[in-house]
This record gives sequence, C-alpha cells and structure tokens, in this order.
Amino acid sequence: MAVGAALARDRAGARSVRPLWRRLAGESSEVRRPYVLFALPAMVVVAAVIVFPWLFTLFMSVHEWKVGQARTFVGLENYARLLTDERFLSAALRTIYYTALAVVTPLVLGTVSALVFHKKFPLRGFLRGVFILPMMATPVAVALVWTMMFHPQLGVLNYLLSLVGIPAQLWVYDPGTVIPSLVLVETWQWTPLVMLIVLGGLAALPTEPYEAAQLDGASAWQTFRHITFPMVLPFLMVAVIIRTIDAVKAFDIIFVISQGGPGTASETLNIFLYLQAFAFYNIGYASAVVVVFFALIITLALVLLYVRQRSKWSP
Amino acid sequence: MRHRSSQSLGISRRNLLKASAGAAGLAALGARPGFAQSSFDWKRFKGEHLEVTLTLGPRADLWQKYEKEFEELTGISVGSEKVPEQQHRQKVAIEFTSGNPSFDVATVSYHVQKQLYGRGKWLLDLRDLIKDPKITNPEFDFPDFAKGAVDYATQKDGRLDTIPINLDYWILYYNKELFAQKGVAYPKSFEEMIDAARKLNDPKNATAGFLSRGLKNANVPVWTSFLLGYGVDPIDADLTMHTDGPEAIASAKVYQTLNKECGPPGVAGFNWNECQTSFVLGKGAMWLDGIGFSLPLEDPAKSKIVGKVGYGVMPPGPKAQRSALFGDGVGIAAASKKKEAAWLYVQWATSKLMNQRHLEGQYGAPPRASAYASVKASGKLTGPKGEWLDAMSQSVAIARAGLPDIVAVTEFRDTFGVGLTNMISGADPAAELKKATEAFKPVLEKTEKS
Repeated sequence: MAVGAALARDRAGARSVRPLWRRLAGESSEVRRPYVLFALPAMVVVAAVIVFPWLFTLFMSVHEWKVGQARTFVGLENYARLLTDERFLSAALRTIYYTALAVVTPLVLGTVSALVFHKKFPLRGFLRGVFILPMMATPVAVALVWTMMFHPQLGVLNYLLSLVGIPAQLWVYDPGTVIPSLVLVETWQWTPLVMLIVLGGLAALPTEPYEAAQLDGASAWQTFRHITFPMVLPFLMVAVIIRTIDAVKAFDIIFVISQGGPGTASETLNIFLYLQAFAFYNIGYASAVVVVFFALIITLALVLLYVRQRSKWSP
Repeated sequence: MRHRSSQSLGISRRNLLKASAGAAGLAALGARPGFAQSSFDWKRFKGEHLEVTLTLGPRADLWQKYEKEFEELTGISVGSEKVPEQQHRQKVAIEFTSGNPSFDVATVSYHVQKQLYGRGKWLLDLRDLIKDPKITNPEFDFPDFAKGAVDYATQKDGRLDTIPINLDYWILYYNKELFAQKGVAYPKSFEEMIDAARKLNDPKNATAGFLSRGLKNANVPVWTSFLLGYGVDPIDADLTMHTDGPEAIASAKVYQTLNKECGPPGVAGFNWNECQTSFVLGKGAMWLDGIGFSLPLEDPAKSKIVGKVGYGVMPPGPKAQRSALFGDGVGIAAASKKKEAAWLYVQWATSKLMNQRHLEGQYGAPPRASAYASVKASGKLTGPKGEWLDAMSQSVAIARAGLPDIVAVTEFRDTFGVGLTNMISGADPAAELKKATEAFKPVLEKTEKS
C-alpha cells in the first residue's frame, strides 16, 4: 500500500514537471518523442513561411518605410491614418459591394445549374464537362479575353446587344457599371465551382424523405423548400465560405481589366494595397493595410464557419 | 525652373545634325559603324555570364535580336529577360532594396524611376568608366549623345548612373483620310485642335475626333502635354506646384473638352493600347501619344490605315509650343560583381550601330546624334517613315520633361490621374485639381525632404 502510494506520488510529481504542451497531449514521452521529430520539419517550414512573414508584417506596420529611404518607428500612426484615409474607407466599402455581388450571383446560378445537372438527360456528362471549363482557365488569360470583349467600340458584347436592339454599354469603362461588369467575369468563371459543390451535396442526399414527400403529395417547390434546401444548406455554406474568401481576395481579374479604374471606381482593398506597396512603395502603410485586411478575413471566415456548424444536419 | 527646355539642355535639331556630320559622311559612303575596327579588347571577359533585365518594349526586342552579336564579340554569355513595364519597375526596385539583385544590368525610365534609384545609389556611377580608355572602346564616342539626353540622365548630385537609350517625344498622330474627307487642316493651336476634333467626331460611325489616355495615372502626361503649352511645368525645382493655378485649370479644360466631347465611349478606361486599337482601325481622327507607335500603325497585318497616318508635331499652346518628353536609360547594378563586363554590354547596347538600328527600324528615338545623320543620309526612312522622322526632328527642338523630376512621381500620376478621369465624367476641373493638389502636397513635402 505504501509502495503504491509512493508510486502514485512519483507519477503525480513527474506529471507536474512536464511541459504544458506534453501534458495536454496526454501521451507518454516515450511514445511522443518520435512524432515530435517527424513534425519538426513542418514546424520549421510553417515558422519560416507563415509565422515569420506575419511577425515581420506586424513589425513593418508600426514603421514608416518607403523603399529607398530610412525606416522610422511610428507606433500605431499607420493604423490611425487608415481610419481617416477616405480612399481606404471607400475601397473597404467597394470590397463589400464587390464581394456581396460576387458571392450571391454565382451561388444562385450555381445552385440552379446543380439542380439542372442533377436530373438525368441526354449528354448530361458532356455538358457538365463543358460547364466547368471556365473554372479551369487562368484568371489573367480570362481577364485579357474579357477586356477585349468589353471594348465599347470593338467588343463582341456590344455587338451581341446590338443584335437584339439593346444600345451599346460602357461595361468596365464607366464608373457606374465597372463593378457589376467585373462580377460578370467572376460569375462566368466561378459558377461552375458552386455547381460542383452543390451537385456533390445533392448526390449525397438520402432518398427516403423524397419518397415520403411523394407519398404525401408534396409539390416540386415544397419538396425543394422543405427537403432539398435544408439538406443541401451545409454544402451551400461551404460554397459561400470558399466564394467569400475568394471574392474578398480578388485581384487578378480587377487588376488586368480595370486596374481599379475608371478613377478609383473599382479600387478594392487589394488594389489599394497593391498600389501602396508596389506602386508608391509605402511598405509600412501597406503592412498596416495587410494586418487590418487579414483581421477582416479571419473574422469573416469565423462567422461563416460558425453559421456552417449551425446548419449541419445528421443523416 | 527645374525642367529646363530641351533647347536649354542643348538639344536642337540643328545642333543634332551638325554634330553628326561626320557620321553622315560615313553613312553616305555606305559605311556602318562596327565594333572590331579599333584595337579595343572586347574579349577580356570571355567566359563570363551577365544577367540583364529589360523593360518589355521595342528596345528590348532590338537588343535581344542582336544579343548573339554581343556574345560573339565578347565571349560573354547573356541571360536577358523582358518584363512588362509596371512589373519591371517593381521587380527592379525590390531587388535593389534587397541589396543583392539577381541582375547586372537594368533598364530604367527617367520619368518614373530615376530619382528613386539615384537616392538609393543602386546604380553604378559611370563617369569614371566612360573616361577610362582601358575599359571604354574609343569608338564609344560619348559626346555623340545629345547633351539634353545626358542631362536628363544625370542625377541631382551630378552622378551619371545610366546611359540614355531612348527619348520619347509626344506627337499628334492623325488620320489624313478623315481630315481630307471633312476638309480639316492640321491644327496650329489648342483651339484649332478642339475645333478639328469636334468636326471630325462622328459617333454614328463610331469614329472619335480625338483619342488619348483617360485611364488614371496613364492620363497625366496627356494633361501635362497641354500644361506645358501654357508655359508652366507641373512642379518647379523649388517644389512649387503649378497644378491648381489658372494654367493648370485651362489645360485641364482642354483635356476635358477633347476627351469628354470628342473622345470614344468609355475613354475613361483607355490606356495607350485601347487608343492604338481604335486608331489602327480608322476609328479615331487624332491620337496624342509617344512617338514610338509608328511600327504598328504602318504594319498592314495590324493596321487598316497604312499610308494614311500623318505624324504631326504638338500644336503650340497659348504660351509655348512643347512636346512632352520621357526617356529611358540603362545602368549597371552597384552590387554587381561583374561591373566591367556589364560595362561592355552597356557600351554595345548604346553603341552607334545599335542606335542606328534603333532609328532605322523605328524602334523609337535614339539619343545619339550620329544615328539621325546616318539614317537621313542613307535615305532609308522615306515616305511615311520620313514624315515620322521629321515630326521627331521638330519635336526635339521643343521637348520638355513631361513629368516632374521627383521621387513620388507615381503618386503624382495617381492622384492627378483620378482627378482627370473624374473630369471626363463631368467633374469641375478647378475643384478636381484643387483636391488633388491638396492631397499631393504633403506627399511631396515628405518624400522630397527625406
């Protein structure tokens, strides 16, 4: 009994001197050590390519540094400047507008397409393949092609409109229509992604609720509203998360087609950031933008993940 | 005044041609300047390798076309890359900042990068190399470079860290056929330019009376082209800004009228490439831009107006006749470990022969006087090419820097570019210029003081 108590004390003592991370792991050090060694290279890589750049960005954000000039510590001045920078604030609002359009439009069209492609009809496989082609194209190449198509005098879009009697539009060459026009390109390219996600969801749905609905005489709309939609919602939320993060980060298509113009009409946070960092070489200020932008994306992702958790269903 | 006219800098058509009489004589005899005519040892760095980074464009095409000639002449191998202008500027600046650039030689634009690079002392001062007969080919003949071009290349502290490679004079391209159809004469003032644009503007046939850049940033040289005609520079040497005074407002109104009333639909998003596309398809009567676009305009595969293009010198403004001037040079990275081998490359790239090829092939306007004389004497540029050369020669005498010689030139272009784009949409020029001036003043003070 005394021996047992002594052993128990020893074990308790040994636990108390273990590092917290080992105690949290809840495994014996003999088993754990080899795993730590295997994980070490990955930890070094993560530290080098994620942790260090982040710490360095934070460090730069509290300095004023223009390429070619001396660096000076300014504390939180760069962050305070952001709050009064009209161009930054406008870019933030524009990013929200762009993101909302670039998420909702592909989501609606992608869901409708998925419902269509879920039905059986001739050449369905071939047409599905054709439908997802835009997703495989390089965004810069896509943007260059659309730039030519948007040309107000020579572009094919205005030619097509003229065939049905609609007057020529200015597309990306007008401050009022530039963002919807850019979203048109995003929609063309990324609707297939939403379609694939939702299609995967539809394929995984159980058949029993549909059989029950059929027996109860439910209409097509009722079946969709009360069975398909709730069950496919978690998949839609995945699509929303992916599309939102993609749309907030959108740069290539905007930069190639409009460069943030006309004027600043399509200058989103990414374009603003790019200009500060690589056109004006205001590295310190641009770093502050990065930090704020990152915080926004993380917050948004957490909110969306929370909503997704709430929308989960159990078969 | 900070931006002396090209005449005060020593460029003038007469001087340019006089200074190159000898070269003309040679050309008349059918001789071409070569590299192996003196006892200069080109092979001293045989086996070395150089990395060269070039701004994508006609000059890079020319240099790469003849790169093998340099490799055979020197035994030095060259790895050259062409990077689009904006990305090239970023790449070079970032690599210089790292202290260990991947290249030995880089091209530089005077109107955007010169001050930044000068402040960082990122490029080697070439003055000692030029004077050193051991490392400089006697045929390099540095005085052959137009004085104005050399002055444009020289930093504020007197360092010469680049050799000029091209001068870009802004001219007015015009469609002779459209002018003849409407009986319009080539404009001799800004007012006549507006009148002509109004008469030639034909929206029903999708033909614009006037084409120029409306895209933010790219549009600023168009406005400054007019501003120079009102007798002022955007920013003086003492950092006085002339960007919201009566001359600035009047020139902005010219810009606004031409683009808003006579420009193509959507001109607010037009850069030079959209203008070029419209012009080569005969959809524009006039196009104000740099002189380096004659090749696509006269290329039957790309242009519907071959032989119909007029090359006009910039019409006089109320106070002066000015052609906005921009330029490029080539320098050696101060951190390069192969500076002398790189100097051989720079000598070859900026040699008389390469300048002659530059002009003959209409790759732009080279800075060596001998190139003009030999090409004129050879009679190779006749017809439309001769008109193009004439427009260039006349522009030389009235050239003046089109952008202020400051570090924050990109911010200047961005800030005023937004205002100019807004004007195309109908905003008041005076209000936009005032707003832009107030926004840019602190940036100017901060960057120039530091």
